[in-house]
Amino acid sequence: MDWAALRVSLWLGAGTIAILLPLGVWFGRLLAVREFKGKLLVEALVTVPIVLPPTVLGFYLLVTFGARSPLGQAFEALVGHSLPFSFQGLLFASVIANVPFVVQPIQRGFEAIPSDVRDAAASCGLTPWQRFARIELPLAWPGVLTAAVLTFAHTLGEFGVVLMVGGNLPGQTRTLSVAIYDRMQAFDDRSAGVMAATLLTISVVTLMATTALSRRVNPHRA
Amino acid sequence: MRPILRDAAFTISRRLSKYSSLALIAVWLLGLQDVSLAQRAPTVAAAANLNFALTEIAKQFERDRGMRVDVVFGSSGTLTRQIRDGAPFGMFLAADEEFPNQLTSAGLTRDAGVVYAIGRLVIFAPTGSPLMVDERLDGLSRLLRAGGVTRFAIANPDVAPYGRAAEAVLRKHGLWDAIRSRLVVGDTIAQAAQFSTTGNAVGGLIAYSLVKEPGVADRGRYALIPETDHAPLRQRMVLLKRATPVVEQFYAYMQGAAARTALIRNGYQVPQ
Repeated sequence: MDWAALRVSLWLGAGTIAILLPLGVWFGRLLAVREFKGKLLVEALVTVPIVLPPTVLGFYLLVTFGARSPLGQAFEALVGHSLPFSFQGLLFASVIANVPFVVQPIQRGFEAIPSDVRDAAASCGLTPWQRFARIELPLAWPGVLTAAVLTFAHTLGEFGVVLMVGGNLPGQTRTLSVAIYDRMQAFDDRSAGVMAATLLTISVVTLMATTALSRRVNPHRA
Repeated sequence: MRPILRDAAFTISRRLSKYSSLALIAVWLLGLQDVSLAQRAPTVAAAANLNFALTEIAKQFERDRGMRVDVVFGSSGTLTRQIRDGAPFGMFLAADEEFPNQLTSAGLTRDAGVVYAIGRLVIFAPTGSPLMVDERLDGLSRLLRAGGVTRFAIANPDVAPYGRAAEAVLRKHGLWDAIRSRLVVGDTIAQAAQFSTTGNAVGGLIAYSLVKEPGVADRGRYALIPETDHAPLRQRMVLLKRATPVVEQFYAYMQGAAARTALIRNGYQVPQ
């Protein structure tokens, strides 16, 4: 069992949620309540990572931020290491790959709130922030929770882009899913088996926890 | 002391409550920084044929010198690409001379490096396979004509020098065109070995160093391919620009008696 890989995977999942969830709540709500020109295009762009092979994302990241590109050289001069083949690079890739998994459930969550609820809240004299924090967010909470879980699970399972952009560095970019591949290639089937079982367990438990939580948050849907 | 700290923390947290989400993000990012900057052993990139040999040598290096390097295995081509794109390796042990020479030309290495080993290719057939193994590939040729070759494993010739050597051998025996559609191509020679030893292919052309390992050798039969059937697998290693003192020590260790003995035991020849 590669504990460092498990730690990298868990940090990556948590980090992706930490960065994406606030952005997702803001943007998902925006898409749910506002009509604007080009919304169709924006929604399509948000969804693109679902249909895009991870290799496409990996390709563009390496071309844009690789050591041979001007942007990559600027990043290295500033931070001291390249963005690809670092944990930050993985996190960056993971954030992009997970945008649809965060925005879509949250958008659906806010869309499900009837507009007269919003109007009633406004006529009670609540400020926009109060309306958001006390009325809308609690109502949209199952969507937010779903977003967090989907992101976490999807990040743990990410493989292609992690291998391409991360490069299998122990303790930094070797996630559990990459470690399984690595151990298989090293004829170490036993370790690979243990890690595969670990990932399977984490996935099942995560999904069970969500279902249980969403029932508590939203009992009438149970 | 403690209560004061607690009061301070309480006041701060109350002040921060408005910005709690921002604070949360800041804490996360600090944590993430910590993960990536944590003290790690320097990382060395190595061609996949070294899987067993270098793991053994790195362990011995740790015992003898009390220093540690982490080894990441991959195909020489993939690793070269990663080094050019900025991967933070201190040293590169390739399966040929061409890939490290590319890095030297690109100005990414300390110097041209040295040849540390010469590798050999074997034809391997897993237990229960209809393939008869011999150094002239007569068995493969017969089985191919009889239509018995369902899958045959080699490494990707574009990125793996052992794959390139395998292609040369198959071409030399006039089997390349016939066998092409039956090939399963591994990303690395280790993956090709994985395909051939697990019975997922009737056999494969793989590195001698990978079938010397008892756990793998037990899985089937093999025959050495004559060195003259392909360009020699002269394996060169180079120190990269970001090599740390520990990596420099390892580079020297690789050329010492202990490492040479281990390489020979793992089926390599070593240069004089």
